Amino acid sequence: MQHRISEFLVGLIFGIGLILSGMTDPGKVIGFLDLFGAWDPSLALVMGGAIAVGVFAFATAKKRTATFLGGALHLPNSNDIDKRLLLGSLLFGAGWGLAGFCPGPAIVSLGAGQPKAAVFVLAMLAGMLLFELAERRSQWVGAHGRR
Amino acid sequence: MMIDWNNFTPWASLSGGILLGLASALFILVNGRILGISGIIGGLFRPKSGDVGWRLSFMLGLLAAPLLYTLVAGPTAARIDAGWVTVVIAGLLVGVGTRYGAGCTSGHGVCGLSRLSPRSLVATLAFMGAGFLTVFLARHALGS
Repeated sequence: MQHRISEFLVGLIFGIGLILSGMTDPGKVIGFLDLFGAWDPSLALVMGGAIAVGVFAFATAKKRTATFLGGALHLPNSNDIDKRLLLGSLLFGAGWGLAGFCPGPAIVSLGAGQPKAAVFVLAMLAGMLLFELAERRSQWVGAHGRR
Repeated sequence: MMIDWNNFTPWASLSGGILLGLASALFILVNGRILGISGIIGGLFRPKSGDVGWRLSFMLGLLAAPLLYTLVAGPTAARIDAGWVTVVIAGLLVGVGTRYGAGCTSGHGVCGLSRLSPRSLVATLAFMGAGFLTVFLARHALGS
């Protein structure tokens, strides 16, 4: 229960951070991505502020074997820089530039009752489902051969 | 390059960013998880016992954030210029892309760069580059 409450609070803090920073305003996001128009550099400060805090947290996490509550620390172990990483990130960036929503701000805007954010989140979930189906199919083909 | 000083919000964006860093710090050090939104949602498509609750609690917090913000600070501002069809295409691209690339702005951009991960640096450069290019094409090369 302690965990469920802290996860909820972390989500709440993260969501407030997204709203305060301007990330939940697609117009502002696109203003940042519009290098060749009237460029709004604000979101570079979002990234800078987040990383300035994060660097210390992850340096601490790497030295520990358990969380402050004594639970397991799930740090990523993949170092692969491959075609999946690159192609996936390029597709994500294109979608981000088209509408100005990335996953977190889209969820927060859904919570704020934005109809377009709701449609975006539905399409995003459909995209994630397509990925799952493609993964399961390729695993099945890998195990049983193509039919 | 022309800076849009009228819309520049250095203090709000910096303090918002610090909150994002603080939340990511708490999530890894207290809950032992990487705060990556696409990964947190994506894991719900492969539900395993004991691996669903934390994802849902976190998502509820995200959904509740605008309610708390509105109560304390007033209504949230959002300008959405994209049409419905564009929103659907964008959502599909973000869904498929973040799962193939194993992360988004939070997982790679905030947590990955904070971990000094070369893999996340490549991912972040790729999605930022694609974002810059897409807006350039839509606003200047093809659009009005």
